[in-house]
Amino acid sequence: MPSQFEELVERANARWAELADSDKPWIRVQGGTSGQAAGSDEVLAAVKEAVQSLGVEANVTPVSAIGLMYLETIVDVQMPGEPRVLYGNVTPELAAEIVDKHVRGGSPIIERAFAYWGDRDKRPDILPHIEDLDSFGKQTRIVTRNFGTTNPKSLLHYVANGGYAALNRALFEQTPESIVDEVKASGLRGRGGAAFPTGVKWSFLAPNKAPVKYVLCNCEEGDPGAFNDKGILENDPHTLIEGLIINGYATNSTHGYVFIRQGHEIPIEATRKAIRDAYEAGLLGENILGSNFSFEMEVSLTGDSYVAGEETALMEAIEGKRSTPRFKPPFPAAAGLWQKPTNINNVKTISYVPSIVSNSADWFKSTGTETSSGTAIVCLSGHIKHPGMYEVAMGMTIRQVLEEIGGGVTGGEEIKVLQTGGPLGGVLGADAFDVEIDFDAMSKAGAILGSGGIIVGNETTDVVDLIRSLIAFTQFESCGKCFPCRLGNTHMLEVLDRMCKNDSRPGDLELIEKVGTNMKIGSLCGHGQLGYNPVSSALQYFGDEFKERMEGALEPSGSFGDGSMILPTRTRP
Amino acid sequence: MTTTSSDTSTKLRERIRHAITSQQQPTITVLSSLLAVQDAIHYIPDEAIEEVADHSRTSINEVWSVASFYTNFRFTPPGRVTLDVCWGPSCHLLGAQNVLKAVQDELGIDEEATTEDGTVTLRYSTCLGACANAPVVAVDHHMKGRVTPDSAAQLAAGLRTNPPESH
Repeated sequence: MPSQFEELVERANARWAELADSDKPWIRVQGGTSGQAAGSDEVLAAVKEAVQSLGVEANVTPVSAIGLMYLETIVDVQMPGEPRVLYGNVTPELAAEIVDKHVRGGSPIIERAFAYWGDRDKRPDILPHIEDLDSFGKQTRIVTRNFGTTNPKSLLHYVANGGYAALNRALFEQTPESIVDEVKASGLRGRGGAAFPTGVKWSFLAPNKAPVKYVLCNCEEGDPGAFNDKGILENDPHTLIEGLIINGYATNSTHGYVFIRQGHEIPIEATRKAIRDAYEAGLLGENILGSNFSFEMEVSLTGDSYVAGEETALMEAIEGKRSTPRFKPPFPAAAGLWQKPTNINNVKTISYVPSIVSNSADWFKSTGTETSSGTAIVCLSGHIKHPGMYEVAMGMTIRQVLEEIGGGVTGGEEIKVLQTGGPLGGVLGADAFDVEIDFDAMSKAGAILGSGGIIVGNETTDVVDLIRSLIAFTQFESCGKCFPCRLGNTHMLEVLDRMCKNDSRPGDLELIEKVGTNMKIGSLCGHGQLGYNPVSSALQYFGDEFKERMEGALEPSGSFGDGSMILPTRTRP
Repeated sequence: MTTTSSDTSTKLRERIRHAITSQQQPTITVLSSLLAVQDAIHYIPDEAIEEVADHSRTSINEVWSVASFYTNFRFTPPGRVTLDVCWGPSCHLLGAQNVLKAVQDELGIDEEATTEDGTVTLRYSTCLGACANAPVVAVDHHMKGRVTPDSAAQLAAGLRTNPPESH
C-alpha cells in the first residue's frame, strides 16, 4: 500500500504534468509584492482577457517572482514541447500582443523577450539562455530554487518539485537527534543578524521535556531595503513551512508560529493558504503523514513596530502585548513564549533546512566559505541597474554582486556608499567593497550582513542626509523602554538635522559620539545597542564629508534647498 | 434623537464584536483583536477598546497601552482611501522626499492627515517592501512602484476625485 506521502506525490505529479507536459501552451505571469508594484495584477488580467477574447486554448497561472525585479512584470510562455520564453517589462498592451502573436500565432516576439529557459538544443542562438545572464547564472539557488516556476498558492506544485520529501525522510528515516546533528554539521548560521549556529540553538531546546514547546519563525522584516523574508513567504511559503515542521520535529516541539507584520497582504495570504493546505494534506496537525509526530502551526500578525523583530519583543507581540524587549536571562530556550521553552529562527534560516535534510550537511557545506556555509539572499535597491532579490554563494565579494549580478551603478559613474543589513547595520565606503559576503569578513569590515538588504548610493549621494534618514527611522521606531535609546535617537536626529541645515554647533560631533556610546551600554536590545552604528560607520568612511558639512562648506542637504526633510511627527506615548 | 445615536453605537459595537469573534487563527490576543477590528472598520474607536478589554478579560488601560504602541492603529475614521508613501532609504535615494511633497501639495495637507473633503488619508511608510521598484506608494495596501513626483500627484488627484469603493 502506498504511503500517505507517496499518494500525495502521485497527485502532485499528475497535476504538474497537466501543465508542464500539456498539449496546450502554458502562460506564467510572475507576481509578488514587487511585481504588483510594477503592475503584475494588471498584466495577469490582460493575459486572461486576451486568452478569452482571442479564443486561445492555454493554461494561465500566476507564479512566484524569479527575483529579477528590474524586469518586472515578467511573463513566461511555454509552447508545447518547447523551452520557456521569458518576456520582461511587460505592460498590459504587450501582454495582449504576446498572447496574440506567440501563443496564438506561434512566433515569439523576440525583441521583447530577454531569455529562454529549458533545453538548450531546442532553441539555439536566438535568445540567451537564462543561465547565460549574469544576474541569474551567477546565483546559487537553494532556497529560491522554485522562484519563477511554481504557483506559491499550490501545495501540489511544491510537492511535484521535490517538496516535503525532506519532511517525509525526517519523520520516517531519521531521529530528532540525527537532524539536529545534521544541521549542526552543515554549519548553517542564523540569517536574521546574529549569525548564531542554528543546530546549536536547536540543541538548547531539544532535550527540554516540557509538554508544550514553541518554534517561532520571524518574518517581521521591518528593515527598509530588505524583502527576502517576505519574498520567501510570498514566493514559496511551503519551503518555510516544511522547514519549520522539521524544526519542530528535531526539537520535539508542539507549536509553530510564523510572525509577520500586518499590511503585507501578499505574503500573509500566501502563508495562511499554505498552512491551510498543509493541514488538509496531513502535513500539519495530528500524526503528520501517518507518523507519531503532531505539530500545530499558525500565522501571528503584529502591528507596526520595528522592535517587534527582536526575539523577546516578538514573544511579547505574539502574546498580544506591546512589543518591547525582555530582560535576559531567562533565555527563550528555558522560558520564552508564555514562559514555555522556545526557539526563534529567521525565515531564511529555516528555509534552508529542507534542502539540508534532503541533500546532506556535506552538500550544504560545499557551497560558501569555511565559516559561512551556503548562500546569502541579498536584496539590491537604490542606484543599481538590476534591483532585485538574488541568492549568491557566500564568499562572493560585494563588488562582484553589485557589478556582475547588479549590473553596476545608475545615475552616476561609481558607487559611493552602501547601506547593508538594515538601518542599524550602518554604511560602507569604497574601501570595503571587496569584502567577501561572509558573516565574519563583513563583521570585521564593520558591517552586518544581517537581513541581506544592500542599498546602493552613487557619487551624488549626500551621506549626511542618508544617515539622517536612517536615524529618523531608528528614532521613530525606538520602542521607548530604555531611555538611552529613546532620548539618544532623538538627540542624534537633532544633531544630524542641524548638520543638514548648515546650522551645526561646535562640539556636535563629540556630543553625538557621547550619546551614541551611552546608547550602546545603556540599552536592553540591539535597537539601542547598535543605534550609533549608522553614524559611527559613516564617520569612519566619510569623516571628511561630515567635517565639510559642519564647516558650512556645502549646500544644505535634502530635496528642498533648506536642509529640511519631511518626516512623521507621531511618536509612541 | 438620542435613540439614533445610541442605535449607531449599538451597531458599531455589534460590528466590533463580530470582528473580534470571527478571528480564524487559534491564538486570540488583545493585539490580534485590535488588528481584526481595524481591518473591519479601519480605526479603533473607544467602543473597540472597551469591547477588546471585555473579550480578553483585561483592563481598558492594558488595551489602550497596546493600541497606542503600534503605529498602524488610528483612533479616528480614515478617509475613503489610504495612500501610503514610503520614506525608507531605498525610496529616499530615488527621490521619495519630492514624491511626498508633490502628494502633499496635491492633497493640500502638510503632514500625515486626511484631506478636508474626507476622501484621502496620507500616511508615511517606513518601508512597503517593494524596494526594488522604488519609489513606492500604496493605495489601501496595493503597491504602486517606480513613481515620480508627477505620477504620484496624479494618482493622488485621481483618488480624490474618484476614490475606490473598497472601504
